[in-house]
Parts: sequence; C-alpha cells; structure tokens
Amino acid sequence: MSAPMVDVRSVHKSFGALEVLKGVDLQVRAGEVTVVLGPSGSGKSTLLRTINHLEKVDQGWISVDGALVGYRRSGDKLYELREREILKQRTRIGFVFQNFNLFPHLTVLENIVEAPVSALKRPRKEATEAARGLLDRVGLADKAGAYPKQLSGGQQQRVAIARALALEPRLLLFDEPTSALDPELVGEVLDVIKDLAHQGTTMIVVTHEIGFAREVADTVVFMDDGRVVEQGSPGDVLDAPRHERTRAFLSKVL
Amino acid sequence: MSSHTLTEVAAPGDPRDAEPPRIVPRRRFGQWTAAGLVLVLLGLAVNSVARNEAFRWDVVGDYFTSAAVLRGLGLTLWLTALVMALGFALGALLAAGRLSANPVLRGVSWGYVWLFRSMPILVQLLFWFNIGALYPTLFGVKTVNLLGPVTVAIIGLTLHEAAYAAEVVRGGILSVDRGQVEAAQALGLSRWRRWWRIVLPQAMRSIVPPAGNMLIGTLKGTSIVSVIAVQDLLYSVQLVYHRTYQVIPLLMVATVWYVIVTSVLSVGQYYVERHYGRGSELAR
Repeated sequence: MSAPMVDVRSVHKSFGALEVLKGVDLQVRAGEVTVVLGPSGSGKSTLLRTINHLEKVDQGWISVDGALVGYRRSGDKLYELREREILKQRTRIGFVFQNFNLFPHLTVLENIVEAPVSALKRPRKEATEAARGLLDRVGLADKAGAYPKQLSGGQQQRVAIARALALEPRLLLFDEPTSALDPELVGEVLDVIKDLAHQGTTMIVVTHEIGFAREVADTVVFMDDGRVVEQGSPGDVLDAPRHERTRAFLSKVL
Repeated sequence: MSSHTLTEVAAPGDPRDAEPPRIVPRRRFGQWTAAGLVLVLLGLAVNSVARNEAFRWDVVGDYFTSAAVLRGLGLTLWLTALVMALGFALGALLAAGRLSANPVLRGVSWGYVWLFRSMPILVQLLFWFNIGALYPTLFGVKTVNLLGPVTVAIIGLTLHEAAYAAEVVRGGILSVDRGQVEAAQALGLSRWRRWWRIVLPQAMRSIVPPAGNMLIGTLKGTSIVSVIAVQDLLYSVQLVYHRTYQVIPLLMVATVWYVIVTSVLSVGQYYVERHYGRGSELAR
C-alpha cells in the first residue's frame, strides 16, 4: 500500500475538561472517499476540523500528502508553524461547512474568486473564468451575480463546494454538508458530491446519510465517544457491523 | 326555503351570500383626538416663536454667514472629523485588544475603556489643559507652549471618543458569525485579508448606526471646547454676543448651523447603511 493521503495518528483533543478525541487513528488513500458516521458528540466533526488545523491537536499528529499539518518536526518535538505556512497548507485542503458559511456581503462569483486571487495570487481574470466553470459544474451558472441570501440552502451549499474547489485542493473535507438543508434539497447537494467522488477526488465526508455512504464510500468509519470503533467497506460496516455500538447506532438511523 | 333569516345571513362565510361580506376597519377615535391636540399645540408653539420679536431673526440673518461664525463652523467641522477618525482608529485597536487571546492586551484595553468612560469629558479637558502642573516641560519644551488649547481639545476628545468607539467596534465584530472567520481561514485568507474583506464589511452593518450617533454627538460635543477658549462654532457666537448682548439670536445662529450639519450627516448615514447592507435583504 502506498503512503496514505491522510494519516491521522493517535490524535487527542480536549475542550477544557471534556476529552473529545481519545486517540484517533485514520488512514485515507488518494482517490478514495471515506465517510465518517457516528452519533452527535462522537468527535467526528472535531476530527475533521483537526485535519486542516481549524482545531489544534493536543497529542498525536496528522499528515496530509506527506506533510505534517500545522506543525514542523524537529528532534522529538512538534513546533506549531507560523500562520502564513498554515494558511498555505489550508489552500490544499478544501473544507465545506454544515452551515455553508458563504460570505453574505459578496456575490456568488466574488465568494468563489476571493481565495484564488488573495491566497494563491491568481490573476483575477483567470480566477473569474475558472469560477464560472465551477458554477457551471455545480449547476448554478446563472447565479454568478446573486447574493447568497437570494439562494436556497441547497444552492448555497453547492456554491460553497464550488468555492472550496476553486483552490484545486488535493483533499476535500465535508462537515455534515446536508444537515442544515430541508429534506427536498439534500439530493442536489449529494449529487454534486457523488459527481466529485466519481472523478477520483480524495474526500472525507462526515454525514448522517447512510444511503450516500453505501453508494459512494470506499471506506466507512464509525466513531463513538472520541474513538474509531470500526472501519471497513460499506458492506462490512453497514450490513455486518462487528461492534455492538455500531449495530445500536445503525438500528436507530436506518 | 323561505326562512332566510337575518342571523343566517350574518353567519361567517355563509355559502348563500351573493357577495362576500364587506370588511369595515375599527374607528380609532382616541388616536385622532390625540393627533389633533398635538397639531394645535405645535401651531401655538410655532406662532409664539415666529411672533416673538426678541428672537430677532434679522440679527440671526446678519450673523449667519459672517466671517467669524464661518471660521468657528470650519473649526467645529474639522475638529469633529479629526476626532472621529483618530478616535475610531484608536478604538479599533482597543477593540482588537479586548478580543485578543492575550490576557495582558485584554486587560489593558478593558482598563482604558473603563477609565475614559468614567471620566467626564469636561474634567478631562481641564486636566489636559493643566497638565503643565504635573509635567512643566515635555521633550525639553515648556508644556504650555507644546499643548495649546486646540491640541488639548484634539487629545481630550480623541481619548474620550476612542473609549466609546472601542465598544462600538467590538460589538460590530462580535455580531459577525464565527463561521465567517473559520471559512476565511479554511480558504487560506491572510489575517489582514480576513479582517478587511470578510469581518469588517459585515461588522460595519452593526457599527454604522451607533457610529452615526457618535458622529452627531461629537459634532455637538465639540462645543465643550469653548471652555478652554478654542474658537469653535459656539465660542465664536459667544464672542459676538459678549460684545453685542444679543444672546438669543446668536445662539440661534449656532443652533441652526448644528441642525443643518446634523441633517446632512443623517442623509449621509442613510447611504452608508445602504452600502453595507448589500446582500442582506431577502429578495428572491
């Protein structure tokens, strides 16, 4: 097996006295889709946020594409990187939020163009052309001049995905991308994500959509109480779970 | 079928109605009585002002655009602009300090706001005016020569303004959803870019209304510098009426100018608010 694209090793994270991650290990190979399932409070969103250093780990380490995230190793110590270097790492990791977090005062096009122009120093004209192409890809070519509030939740999330893609990231992280959507809008967002999966984009998706996991995931990871309880192919984990906790969770959501 | 009684017709939504019943709004006698009373009182007040010879509107007209008054107005305007600009610049730094992760910066910013909001502006102006008693010389120069009345006015008003501006800016920043900063961080935007492009424009929506209030307050508040003999609008008309004893007409000169400038600023505020409100209306 070649070196994993994402390598998470015994990661611990606490918020005050509450230990949210209690030693998580996870490997994701390039081109694979990993779906993380688990009850709320199991630490899956926190795990995702440590992968682009939105949360700092207390112990352990994470590497993406062969480089430590957020730290530099010297001897037996990990030194936190300067912000500039962390920001540069983040441009290679796309992140899609549960609540979209589009910039409400910028148009759809400006939302997408912002990062390529200011973080990657792309010429604005080139970035604008690329942005129009991405909007076309998520089916919103006609919404370039709209403001986020003028769009439905599903449309906003598709813009957010286009915005993450604009940096041409090596890895995409989705944090419950459909949880804030009305039921009838979930499908259009999942379709876009599936499309990306079929094109071989490496991604980690935290979600409650079991059907999506079954259809798209190469690996399903089940987390509970800050630990990875079990992982494997969708067939193994979803249809023949080995752990009681996985069975209990699936019996509630299926 | 012939027993089509009145009560039956009056029933709500009677399917036998030829037309739906007409809707008659409730009469609001109390409101109209109050409105009439207010109009009468307003008429009496206007009448008494217009017919009171002691207002001497002719004198008001004579001095309204006199050189001394316009010079005073000019000083009031640039002093207001300068104090607002410096006050908000310092206030923004203080707000950043208050929101910093560093406890020393947080503590010092909090202490500044606490101190300068506690001190009456008049006391502060007199304090700076007499600072020579504490430090007779500054940088090898006599303090009295270094800090003239206008400089003292700028320093005092700015320090006072900054304490309030800090709270206004801090409130504005707090009104911006945390997810906005996270999204900007996740996209790799630099700290500077996150502040100028993402946080500040959104914070401005909450900052502009109270800042407009402060601007108008400062415009009129600068009149306090007349106590240390800075020749602002108020002090300029005072100089005239100390000579001519036409106190009321000259106070009216100053008042009308304050009203005019305030009105212009209010119109400006409307457009600034509209600018920063873009993208916030739910037009679908």
